Amino acid sequence: MPIEILMPALSPTMEEGNLSKWLKNEGDRVVAGDVIAEIETDKATMEVEAVDEGTLAKIVVPAGTEGVKVNAVIAVLAVDGEDVDKAGEDIGEEPAKAEAPAKAEAPVAAEEKPAAAPVAAAPKTEIAADPDIPAGTEMVSTTVREALRDAMAEEMRRDGDVFVMGEEVAEYQGAYKITQGLLQEFGPRRVVDTPITEHGFAGVGVGAAMAGLKPIVEFMTFNFAMQAIDQIINSAAKTLYMSGGQMGAPIVFRGPNGAAARVAAQHSQCYAAWYSHIPGLKVVMPYTAADAKGLLKAAIRDPNPVIFLENEILYGQSFDVPKLDDFVLPIGKARVHKQGKDVTLVSFGIGMTYAVKAEAELRGMGIDAEIIDLRTVRPLDFDTIIASVKKTNRLVVVEEGFPQSSVGDHIASQVSQRAFDFLDAPVITIAGKDVPMPYAANLEKLALPNVGEVVEAVKAVTYRG
Amino acid sequence: MATAARKAPAKSKSRSDGKSSTLSTPKPAEFTKEEELSAYRHMLLIRRFEEKAGQLYGMGFIGGFCHLYIGQEAVVTGMKMALIEGDQMITAYRDHGHMLAMELSPRGVMAELTGRRGGLSKGKGGSMHMFSKEKHFYGGHGIVGAQVSLGTGLAFANRYRDNKNVSLTYFGDGAANQGQVYESFNMASLWKLPVIYIIENNRYAMGTSVSRSSAETDFSNRGASFKIPGIQVDGMDVRAVKAAGNVATEWCRAGNGPLILEMQTYRYRGHSMSDPAKYRSKEEVQKMRSEHDPIEQVKARLIDKKWASEDELKAIDKEVRDVVADAAEFAQHDAEPDPSELWTDIVL
Repeated sequence: MPIEILMPALSPTMEEGNLSKWLKNEGDRVVAGDVIAEIETDKATMEVEAVDEGTLAKIVVPAGTEGVKVNAVIAVLAVDGEDVDKAGEDIGEEPAKAEAPAKAEAPVAAEEKPAAAPVAAAPKTEIAADPDIPAGTEMVSTTVREALRDAMAEEMRRDGDVFVMGEEVAEYQGAYKITQGLLQEFGPRRVVDTPITEHGFAGVGVGAAMAGLKPIVEFMTFNFAMQAIDQIINSAAKTLYMSGGQMGAPIVFRGPNGAAARVAAQHSQCYAAWYSHIPGLKVVMPYTAADAKGLLKAAIRDPNPVIFLENEILYGQSFDVPKLDDFVLPIGKARVHKQGKDVTLVSFGIGMTYAVKAEAELRGMGIDAEIIDLRTVRPLDFDTIIASVKKTNRLVVVEEGFPQSSVGDHIASQVSQRAFDFLDAPVITIAGKDVPMPYAANLEKLALPNVGEVVEAVKAVTYRG
Repeated sequence: MATAARKAPAKSKSRSDGKSSTLSTPKPAEFTKEEELSAYRHMLLIRRFEEKAGQLYGMGFIGGFCHLYIGQEAVVTGMKMALIEGDQMITAYRDHGHMLAMELSPRGVMAELTGRRGGLSKGKGGSMHMFSKEKHFYGGHGIVGAQVSLGTGLAFANRYRDNKNVSLTYFGDGAANQGQVYESFNMASLWKLPVIYIIENNRYAMGTSVSRSSAETDFSNRGASFKIPGIQVDGMDVRAVKAAGNVATEWCRAGNGPLILEMQTYRYRGHSMSDPAKYRSKEEVQKMRSEHDPIEQVKARLIDKKWASEDELKAIDKEVRDVVADAAEFAQHDAEPDPSELWTDIVL
């Protein structure tokens, strides 16, 4: 039997990639270990090595093809003794190219088994106009990754005191390619590769900030910032208060936060609730690329320590970003993502992917949900939440973090104290399950929230059986 | 009282590459009359200030933790004499002496100890948390070892700005066993940051003696894995400290990267006010006081060289006592912070 060569996955979150180059031609002999092709994602270019020995019978996916799905057949190898021409013919022309993915849908959410309504076919949620963006502004489709990079580059051009430090941020161009190109533009003085030493470089960053610089400290993931949490909380967050206002730390700690895909318990944790507990910190957790850009620029300019929680799964997703010379958004202000009248869905960061998909499904059931994207977890914009609750009288909060002492719990408690008379049902909080993140694919899916849970919660608070 | 200068066990440490060190413990500095008198006055101010703080603690005016610097005065005083404008200082919680050395106001420090609105941090920091941007004093930190990474960051800023300033980062023999100290050593050496790591080895990490807590008790050697040279210094002799300070600041200003100064010193009091110090003998403390006291050493030289009479030194003592009494008076009678201060200075 001829051997099918499949499109490999380069990272835990990769679903598709581009086949940029073939290094072998049809008819070439191949031994195990030969580099046969180059593939690329938005993060990296990597070589594909042959695993078996034989003759390259047929190239199924030509060089230059974009959006090749992981595990699609890209070539066929005839093993010794097989007829090379015949081996190539056996392969059906199954579509290797990815179907155009609906934008703003996280792969995690996309994998969910279809609920009652066909989610994928549901109309795309219109993102309500952000009042912070002037009407008529030209929009450019941009990935969250590019938006974050642009925000840093713009702020570094604007202010010579801004620099970025962290593991692999410079020569490697960022473990997740968020700092791509910064070393080339700003040089090693301002784009600083650190040793693997989170506690130490977090402290070095805070010290530099106390001396008046404006560091952006990248954690490869926020899971590793556990090593540095003393410096973040005891040094960065508290110095302004302890010094009677004389000295603070204008610093941004940023990096991917929360679950990615299949990286299990120690690499899959949301820190939104943790850091939101701390006076002296601001905590930002954007969902869209526009918010990622406008809020990261704001965070860099902010004179306080800001925790900026990103998400690996969102990095490659594209959203409209306004084409403005200096697009800065206010920290601490939620955005009404979609207006509605029947129920308020509050979420933030990747939690928004569940809310957005649930909203589409609910629309099919005749329920008009309002979605609020918090964008900032501390300070929390209760005015926007409560104004919405006064209109809809129902509230469901969605997040991926652990359930106890969650952001949703805090919102539920505050809304019950400030707007009890406006509630027609108890607030329901949807969170990740109260377990360490498991590795197995099915268990991981069970541990995370899902769209069905959000739909069921909305049905409960709207008393739809 | 015997005032013989302590036999300095000082020596230089070779670098990890085995080559002979380019640095060795310098001879104690030759002080002029003015320098001796200045050192005397500054060390006496710290001594009298701390004695008064201890007294106010006993009277209930000072709460919480209060760590006195008595016995270690020569370390900050000698180092301060080697600084230029803009050099930064950062330390842990035994910080009153460092602040007085950096010329922060005694009233401001004492009123912070009593938690009053005239305190350097408006009463919101307390004994362990005081800062002064104006005087380049960066705290005052309550977490053992945290100031080492922060002080390395101050040096990073100096390097970034390409100025000639140096970060004086103080920590104790106890903090020297914290992991982030070595993370900081590595980065400081890798990036040639102008930081002097001043290890105040007062022989006890709270109640645990150096020999019971440290596999390598020669702290000047603690940078060996990072190619950071170190010097052991008689931290009871202000002239030895000043000479080492000169070597170290020149080393850093010349772009050679970090340096370790192990200051061999001693605290006369317990770790904090609530520590009865049962882990060492009265004789040990008494021997240090009578044979190596940093202030008595200067006094003896001043008398010996006829640079000052007993009466003149008594007059200095009186002036210092007046400054401390004024600070204590202020700190006891200044108002507590306005309740509205609870909610200020959290974020800008």
